Formats: sequence, structure tokens, C-alpha cells
Amino acid sequence: MKKELIELRVNSRSHELALEPSTLLLDALRQDLGLTGSKRGCDDSSCGACTVLVDGVPMLSCTMLAASCEGQEITTVEGVSEHGSLAAIQKAYGDWGGSQCGYCTPGFMMTVKYLLAHNPDPSDDEIRSALSSNLCRCTGYTQMYQAIRAAIEAEQKGIATLR
Amino acid sequence: MTNDFSIIGKPIAMVDAAGKATGSGKYADDLSLPGMLIGKILHSPFPHARIKRIDTSRAEKLEGVVAVAIGQDAPNPYGILPVGHDEHALATDKVRYVGDNVACVAAVDEATAEKALELIDVEYEVLPAYFDPEEAMKAETDLIHDNKPHNIEKDYHHVFGDPDKGFAEADHVAEARFIANEVTHAAMEPHCTLAAFEIDPHTGQPGRLTVQSSTQVPYYLQHKLSLVLEMPMSQIRVIKPLVGGGFGGKSEVIPLEIIAAVAARKARAPVKITYTREEVFWAHRGRPRTIIDLKTGVTDDGRITAVKAQVVQDGGGYCSYGVVTILYSGALLGALYDIPNIQYDGYRVLTNKPVCGAMRGHGTVNVRFAFESQLDELAARIGMDPAAIRQRNLLKPPCVTVNGLRVQSYGLPECIEKVVDRSGWKQRKGKLPKGRGLGVACSHYVSGAANSIIRSDMPHSTVHIKIDRDGGVVIYTGASDIGQGSDTMVAQIAAETLGCSLSRVKVVAADTDLTPIDIGSYSSRVTFMNGNATLRAAQDVKKQIASAAARKMNCSLEELLFHNDAVSRQNGHLGADALVRPAEQSSAASVSGRVEGQILRGSLQQKRKDEGPKDQMTFEEAVVAAIDFHGALTGTGSYAPPQEARGGNHKGAGVGPSPAYSYSAQVAEVSVDEETGEVTVHKVWASHDCGRALNPVSVEGQIIGSVWMGMGQALTEEMIWKDGMLMNPGLLEYRSPSSVESPVVEAIIVESIDPEGPFGAKECSEGSLAATIPAIANAIYDAVGIRLHESPFTPERVLAALRDKRSQKKIDLTEGIDPTSPAKFREHGGSLCFRGKGPERHPLDPSRREALSEGGDD
Repeated sequence: MKKELIELRVNSRSHELALEPSTLLLDALRQDLGLTGSKRGCDDSSCGACTVLVDGVPMLSCTMLAASCEGQEITTVEGVSEHGSLAAIQKAYGDWGGSQCGYCTPGFMMTVKYLLAHNPDPSDDEIRSALSSNLCRCTGYTQMYQAIRAAIEAEQKGIATLR
Repeated sequence: MTNDFSIIGKPIAMVDAAGKATGSGKYADDLSLPGMLIGKILHSPFPHARIKRIDTSRAEKLEGVVAVAIGQDAPNPYGILPVGHDEHALATDKVRYVGDNVACVAAVDEATAEKALELIDVEYEVLPAYFDPEEAMKAETDLIHDNKPHNIEKDYHHVFGDPDKGFAEADHVAEARFIANEVTHAAMEPHCTLAAFEIDPHTGQPGRLTVQSSTQVPYYLQHKLSLVLEMPMSQIRVIKPLVGGGFGGKSEVIPLEIIAAVAARKARAPVKITYTREEVFWAHRGRPRTIIDLKTGVTDDGRITAVKAQVVQDGGGYCSYGVVTILYSGALLGALYDIPNIQYDGYRVLTNKPVCGAMRGHGTVNVRFAFESQLDELAARIGMDPAAIRQRNLLKPPCVTVNGLRVQSYGLPECIEKVVDRSGWKQRKGKLPKGRGLGVACSHYVSGAANSIIRSDMPHSTVHIKIDRDGGVVIYTGASDIGQGSDTMVAQIAAETLGCSLSRVKVVAADTDLTPIDIGSYSSRVTFMNGNATLRAAQDVKKQIASAAARKMNCSLEELLFHNDAVSRQNGHLGADALVRPAEQSSAASVSGRVEGQILRGSLQQKRKDEGPKDQMTFEEAVVAAIDFHGALTGTGSYAPPQEARGGNHKGAGVGPSPAYSYSAQVAEVSVDEETGEVTVHKVWASHDCGRALNPVSVEGQIIGSVWMGMGQALTEEMIWKDGMLMNPGLLEYRSPSSVESPVVEAIIVESIDPEGPFGAKECSEGSLAATIPAIANAIYDAVGIRLHESPFTPERVLAALRDKRSQKKIDLTEGIDPTSPAKFREHGGSLCFRGKGPERHPLDPSRREALSEGGDD
């Protein structure tokens, strides 16, 4: 298939890429842009390890075409850390054991980022329900809930000190 | 040893946590090399067939294909066990399961490689296949491996004590058949291997091989690559990048790891192979479907008198870890409770299905499900509390069990007490509303196998530590961090021992060129064994620092205290103050110290001359003094299990013994919907004796993860087969539980401080899994009064058992069965899948339309 020039905007930077129209977003990110943070865990969009935000909405990059994202703002896990430091949720995942092997973590980061952006103080059930789009095989999820709670608390404290 | 630790026992983030949270950490599939080709494997479509001919010429001609490898390119057999060398990189004569490896294409990209696979012509002679172990055992002809009569890979028959006498003494005997269906690891990261040869400067030919692979056992991989490629081990470097979970699925050499190297050799270019999720299911090496015929005798007062178990495991097409798995199933009947008489008959059977191997709780999980369920049944029969019958049969350590297992630290009594207490067992058991119940069960596991796969006196772990003038501590360890946190564990142990901060410590791990041999991350051995080796290496280097520091401070070695990035002289009368003082100074010391460490030797000596002997040195100063004194500063440590922990002399005694055992007790609270048969686990209280929790966050994470994985096996996870074809090779169909299906797990750490563990630590990553399944089964009994003898406890099985209890007509799931299929349901090796007519098709369904139009002709 002939390649076409596509402009992708990823983590606030624009990239011009020559891609076959059939190229999946995940492959464009991992192979063409070297952003290997987003992972492939399954063949059938069941695991959520490849989750990225497209215009702020979590999407599975393994089942969408890169070409379909032209003109949209894509955020990957590489775009979550703030000014070279860990974002509160990233720090909390380490501190509270939210990651073990870490393979699913980038996907969870994106899912949680979306959750907290739309619901800054979610209930336990809301957290559970939000996380159900991603699979983890190590943690049994419990420590992720603790991490999310800690991140919310850290954010609130951070905001409080800014005031 | 003082209990006043600064790093041990503190909850800390893993040393590689930031890389995981930011996506900067590299897993095997994230790596690439210039000129790298993509490998794709052609798999067998038949469960059992002879390869008559392979023609790769059409594939080779496709533009972009660089090489096509077949069996003859690397015909040497290999296998993880020395007794089980029955696998080939690519099939040489036969394929033995759907998904077996036939050929590999190395091409410029994935699409080209996939296209080329379709151009490979293979002529097969299809052979009769075996899918059920009990049927496979009857086979006389068309054996899966010619040298394994009746398709039995290995059978063991052990008698300890006098089981006949034991059963004669029993007042109550229960006997039943339990079946645990097949489950797999389903680690989130699909296996991936990148193999590359470098050109030897002297010969100009391909020389050393570097393999970067998602493995738990780099050293074994190096060994097997050497066998298959006929290269010396010294010419092969295996590097383990970050590994996205293993659970045993990466604890042996997985076909792609060998195939990538064979393809790279043939293509003369680096080759990367990454499995699709379906291929991961075929590569498998999971927990075999296990048929357990169990008989247990107890006295009226709840004392276990004898146990007799016959275990048949459906091992799949090759040996893998099978011989070890079947031995674990028997050996770990011991070392949990005091059982005086044990009879064990184990059969590891070959079938034409993907290969089973080691999975979290290797060999013990399914038998533990059977045993703990039966013990519960016996407790109910004699009217004893299920927790009490377990307390009635405790070991009295230190002791050696009837089957030769040495038990020292034993936290099981406390584990049972804790879960009984926290779950409100005594107040709530039997008083919950209808359909809701509580169940208890226990389990245990080895902290590393006391005998390595390759029987020898070699140390199981060796660790080197290098400290240079910059004051940085570099640990070279072969331990393979697969997400369990072993890098963090070794860093903690070294930092604690040297009294330095964690930020000083850098871990170089699992690279066979750089790190000394460690036999791998399996059998929960890493904390105990590599931890002990790290401790010894750190003590070695500490001794050298101390001897130099003692000279500088004019004091004896015993007076020195390593604490808070400083070495200080402990004055008898100061005592506690000495501990505090360095802490106060540490912030200032570390700033100036960092500079001092890099000062040229001459000026530092001048500085010391000015100061004279002192009571305290910064860590850097002490290190510089030690290097000046000794010439270099390195420490080594190794660990081999003590002879007395290595087990008895009977055939098969090598499997089961461990220097220490972890213990676990769990209470599960479930509810059962009697209309739908659905089981919901509300909460699990899980206590685990891990000796000492070096990092409580990680320990809790391991306990919760084990319980969760056990719950998956108990309720939803199952590999469903039809004629050797896996019907659910995807994470969604396999039904790994998501967050909404997962209960709250309350992890309770019990510390028994093992006399031989590093800082008293034992394993914490596997032992808890086995208790979860029977705890849930027993809770289901408490809720609705049914005993489930087959896992997972799906709504179908729960409903069938409920109907059976009400003496209603048994639902025959094989009703309307396809007449060409085997007469018995189980011969498919699965349970849910059957050749029935299925639901009536929609009128617009093409097949129905065809049938209708045919009918219309009449």
C-alpha cells in the first residue's frame, strides 16, 4: 500500500509521518515515533494497555487508524509527567504498589487521568467501574485504588498550598 | 541483629517504578536494532501429525523475506529439565499440538512475514490425537513420544508412614474425585525475543550472540541456546529487560526464544519475534488440568490419620517442567499440617495440547484445593469448626515431616488466628443470611527449591558488589525482576547492611555478561536465595570498609556503626545518641561528602592529616579510605541451600524440599445466587507468613495479587478445548477478572522471622494463591450447602450442583451430542465446550436459509 503524509499531534508536538493508510495508531506511536510507552497486550482490544487520550478521551490505539487522528490532540503516557517530574498519579502508583510488572501501567495512567479530569473526587464504585476497561494481571487492583486515593489527596493538598 | 532498621521493613516504591509509570522503561518489544528483521512463526494446524514435506521456496522468493528457518536448521533437542529434552526449535518430524512450531520467516516487516507464512507448503500425515489424559494413558499405538509408553511422561508412587494403618485408625474417611481445569498465566506482556549476532573481529564471521528476551531465567536460556545452536555459553549473552509479568510462563525456554536465535543465524541479521496474544496461549506452560482422587482419614477429635492421593495431570505435548510439577503435587501434601501417613500416586501424562509447565504455586494449587475442600467436609461430618480442625493438625517445628521436608519457622498458627479474628469468623460463621457464607483454607509454598534443576553443588545465587571512590554502590545480581520487585529487594538489603541511603545503590541485574549466575525467578526463590547472597556480598564489602575505617578512627571493628550514610564509632556510654548524631549531620555531610569523595587522593590525605583521628566518617570518606587501604573495593556473596534442607533419599525426593516454607490462611466471604448460579466474592482476608516483610507494600501487593489470581481460577478462568483447539485464546474470553469482578482483599502480614532467611524473610509471591480456591469452595458450601468438586465454579457447575442437591433431574450437558464425537463429554479435555446442536439459528442466518431452500425443493 502506498504511504501518505499524515500530520499527527502527539503530546503537544506535531509530527509529519509517511504512513500506509492502514497503519494503526499504536504502531505509528511505537514504531514511527519511538513512543514505546503505550503497549500491545492483546489482539482484540480487550486489555487496554494501549490506551491513549484522543482529544482527552481514552481510546484503544491498537484498534484505530493513525490517519483517523489527524487534527486531533493525542496524549500518550509520555505526555503525563509534568515538567520532567512525576505527576501525582505516577508518584502514587509507585508509592502504593499500583504497578508491579508495569506493563499495564501506561494504559491505566491514561484511564485514571481521564477519570480524574472528569470526576475529581470519584467514589470507590466509580473508580472500579472506570478501571474495568483495563486489565492488570499482577496487582488484583486493590493497591491501584489506594494509589488513586493518594493521588487525589496529593492533588488537593497541592492545590491548597498554591492558594 | 537490631530491629531498628532504616530501610528494611519500610514501605518504599520500587526502584524502577518511575520508568514504569512514565513509559520510559523498556520491555523486550520496545527494543529495536538497526537492520532488525521481524520474525513470524508458522504453527501447526493439527494436534498430532507427521511432517512429510516442507517447501519454503515460494516464501523465500517473496520480496522482503530474508530467511525461512525450519527444523533442520537447528535439530538439537532441548527442554528445561535434563530428563525432558524432547522439544526442538522447530518441528523436525512431528507436530504435537495445534500451535506447535513448524517454520519461521524473517522478513523486513510484519506484513511481509505474515504473507510469507501463507506461501510455505507443508504436507502433513495426520495422526490420531489424545486430548484426555485418562484416555491417553490407554494408548498402545501412535504415541505422542515414541519413548513414552502409554503417553506417560513420568509416574511416581510414594508411601510415607503406614497409610493402611492410618486409615484403620480413622473414625471418618472421605473419598472423592476433584478436577481442577486448566489455567494459564496470561501475563500482560506477550513474550518477545530480540536476537542478534555480532561479527567476530578475528574471523570476520558471525560470532557472539546477544539475546534480549522476556524471561524469568536468563541463565537457563543461555544454557539451552548453547545446546541448540552448538555454541559455547561464553559466546552467548542473555539480557533481561523489564519483563511484563511472568507467573511461571517465562520460567523456562519458550519456543520463540530459541527460534529467534535460529532465524537470526540463518538471516544473518537481528531478528525480533513478538507473540500475538493467541500465540501466548499456545506457548502456554500453564497449570495443567488435574484429576485428583483423594482420600483422607480423621479421628473423631479431628486428627488427620492418613492421606491418599492419586493425581493425573494433563501435561500437553512435551515434558516441560512436568516431572517437577507432578512431584510438587505429592511432596507438598506435607509441610503444612502434621500428617503421619501419606500415599501418593502421580501420573504426568502427555496429550496433544499446548504444553503445561510451571505456574504460580507450581504443582501444589490443585491438590490443595482438593485437600482443603475434603478437610472441610470432614470437619462438617465430625461437627468441628473448620478453623479448629486446621489448628488441631498443626506441625510442631522445628521438625522434619514424614516425607523429609524440614520445617523451621512456622507462622501458620498466627495466620489462622489473624484471619479468624479479622473476619469475625466466630461471630458471623453460620449466622449470615441465606446464600451468603464464609469459608476458610490454608496453604504454603517453598521459598526456593533446595535442589536446582541441574543437580550440582553450584551456588543457586551469586552477587557481586562494587563500590568506587564516588561512594556509589553497584550491585551485580543475576536475579530477574519480573515485576515482583527483586531489584528493589537487593537494593534494600545492601543499603541496610552498609548503612547507606537507597539512592546510593544502583542495581545491575540479569545480564549474563555482567552479572554472576542466578538460576532464575521461579519457585519463589529470589528473596531467600538472592537476598542471602546479596546480604553476604554486602557484609563482605562492609568488612573491608570497616577494617579501613577502624584504622582511621583508632578503634576496633566491633565499635563501628554503619548508619545514615556514615560510619561512626559507637561510644559505650553514648549508646543511643550515637545513632541520632549522624542523622543530624547527614544532610550537611552528604553535600560536602559528595564533593569530598571526588577529591584527589593527595588533598584528601592532607585534609585527614589536619583533622586527625575522628569519631565519624562519611560513607564516601570510609569508602575512599578502604580503597586506599585495599586497592579495590568489591564484595562477593553466594548462597546454596544447606544440606539438611535438601530432603530425603527416595526417588523424586529432590522436589519439595526448601530451606523455608511460607504459610497462608484465608477466609473468603461469598454469596451465591441460587437462581443464576453466580458466585460473588465479597471479601478475602488473607494472612501470609513471609518471615519478615522487607518491603510491606510489595509483600501486600504479592499477597493480594496471589489471592486475586486464585479467585480467577476459582470462578472464571479456564482454558476450553475442542479437539485440541483452544476455544478462548483471548484475554476477554479467557475471563481474567477486571476491577469490577475483583473483591476487596485484606492482606495481613505475619512475620515468623526465619532463622536462615535474609533478615528473616521468606517467600510471599505464590503461597497465598492455593488457599483462595478452597476458601471460596468452602464458603460456597457454607452459603448454599453444595460441595463443588470441579473448578472453576462457573454458574453452570453451581446450578448443576444445586439441582443435584434438590434431587432434581441432572442436566446432561452432552444431550443432543454430535454422534461423531467421543461418547464421553470429558474426552475433549474441557468441559464447557461440546459438540451439541447449539441454540436455534436466526432465520436470516445463511446456514438456515440454505437448509430452508433445500427443504423447499421437496
